Amino acid sequence: MIVLGIESSCDETAVAVVKDRKEVLSSVVASQIDVHKEFGGVVPEVASRIHVENISYLIEDALKQAHLTMNDIDAVAVTKGPGLIGCLHVGVQAAKTLAFAFHKPLVPVHHIAAHIYANELVTDLHYPVLALVVSGGHTQLIYMKEESSFEILGQTQDDAIGEAFDKVARVMDLGYPGGPKIDKLAKQGKNIYPLPKPKAKGKYDMSFSGLKSGVLQFTKRCARNHETYNDADLACSFQETALNEIFDKIRLILDDYPDIRHFVVGGGVSANSRLREKVEELKDEYPDVTFTVPPMACCTDNATMIAVAGTIAYEHGVRGDASLTADSSWEIQ
Amino acid sequence: MKVELHSLQDTQRFAEKMADACRGHQIVITMDGDLGAGKTTWTQWFGKALGITAVINSPTFTILKDYTQGNGEPFHHIDAYRLEGIQQDLGFEDCFDEGICVVEWASYIRDQIPDDHIAMSWQEGIDEDRTVTVTATGPTSRAILEGTIC
Repeated sequence: MIVLGIESSCDETAVAVVKDRKEVLSSVVASQIDVHKEFGGVVPEVASRIHVENISYLIEDALKQAHLTMNDIDAVAVTKGPGLIGCLHVGVQAAKTLAFAFHKPLVPVHHIAAHIYANELVTDLHYPVLALVVSGGHTQLIYMKEESSFEILGQTQDDAIGEAFDKVARVMDLGYPGGPKIDKLAKQGKNIYPLPKPKAKGKYDMSFSGLKSGVLQFTKRCARNHETYNDADLACSFQETALNEIFDKIRLILDDYPDIRHFVVGGGVSANSRLREKVEELKDEYPDVTFTVPPMACCTDNATMIAVAGTIAYEHGVRGDASLTADSSWEIQ
Repeated sequence: MKVELHSLQDTQRFAEKMADACRGHQIVITMDGDLGAGKTTWTQWFGKALGITAVINSPTFTILKDYTQGNGEPFHHIDAYRLEGIQQDLGFEDCFDEGICVVEWASYIRDQIPDDHIAMSWQEGIDEDRTVTVTATGPTSRAILEGTIC
């Protein structure tokens, strides 16, 4: 089965063609092609207008690179939500138009589910699965008893972890994007500065806003008292505290749900080298669980994951019709 | 007017009072202040007092999150943090025309904010001390604020 996937939930406009869940025939993301130049320089991809400008080129490009035409496509999958509403609409309208014009089934996909299913590109998921989704906009721990079943066990009560990394990097004048900079700097530092330990309500919930403010208060206090601090040590202390918040919850869940067979990660923050090390540590502690952290190409926002998730949703009978509309705060189900 | 807050409980009480005043109205509330000043925390209490049951977490990444108040009216939570220096119309006027809308880092999209709104400016003191300056900029916002005793 060949599925064309469309993603436009936030900054990236992307289209991909995937065969039988596993084989990527093409994958294009707006920032990879020459659309910027054509439309007057580098404009941040936040406006739906930019998505509108990009999407037709991308669909054409994805089909061309896959050496296919719309006649070869078996279904059109699209991100219905969550995301920025104006951006989502562009993808949904494009998908509806394609599906209607070429008489193809239309499959709405949940962005977070797609991040989890991206793991299908490198492994076969063994259920029940525990999925950690960490990105600039999301921090969630999701239990999947079987394929196509989702239960959010824990989520951030305030900032997403990627957002906390970016904001702390801004406080420390490290530049953007903050995640990779903190990761690199932390390698040379030690976890020596006491920062406020996050407190979240639910047993498996997480919080990063207090920690972010804690770093800010720490730098201000040092300035007030004319004390100096070591950037690398502060980066390391912050990163350890933030990641421990997540990994403490993962351990709690793995202990409480002994039926979990497979732990997977999705989302851009999975690029963090310390996060990957901590997953390695888990492997020793939980020898009966399979651990997968897919390569970066699968983790960031792209449309291959939408095509894979669309294939799975299609097999489970999910269909969209002419009334399909974007939903900015769509709950995973 | 200026509001002095000394603890998270103060922030919660202040948010609840504001919610009582704003409930049932159509109003935009702008918030400016440094990272960690308490804007999102205040918005969480404010939204809860308006009867929102969903988790109100940071909209920084998606820029806009939509919720439904207890009375069925919409509640929009916008964060313009990532829009610094952007000169594009992002279509926020749809949000400003219905229900209650809270805009964090509003200074980045100053031109798009309706003239009549409640402006909140957050100044951070030591630990949990905060000073919030609340200003009404038109007849509707003035009428709403007259109902609060902050």
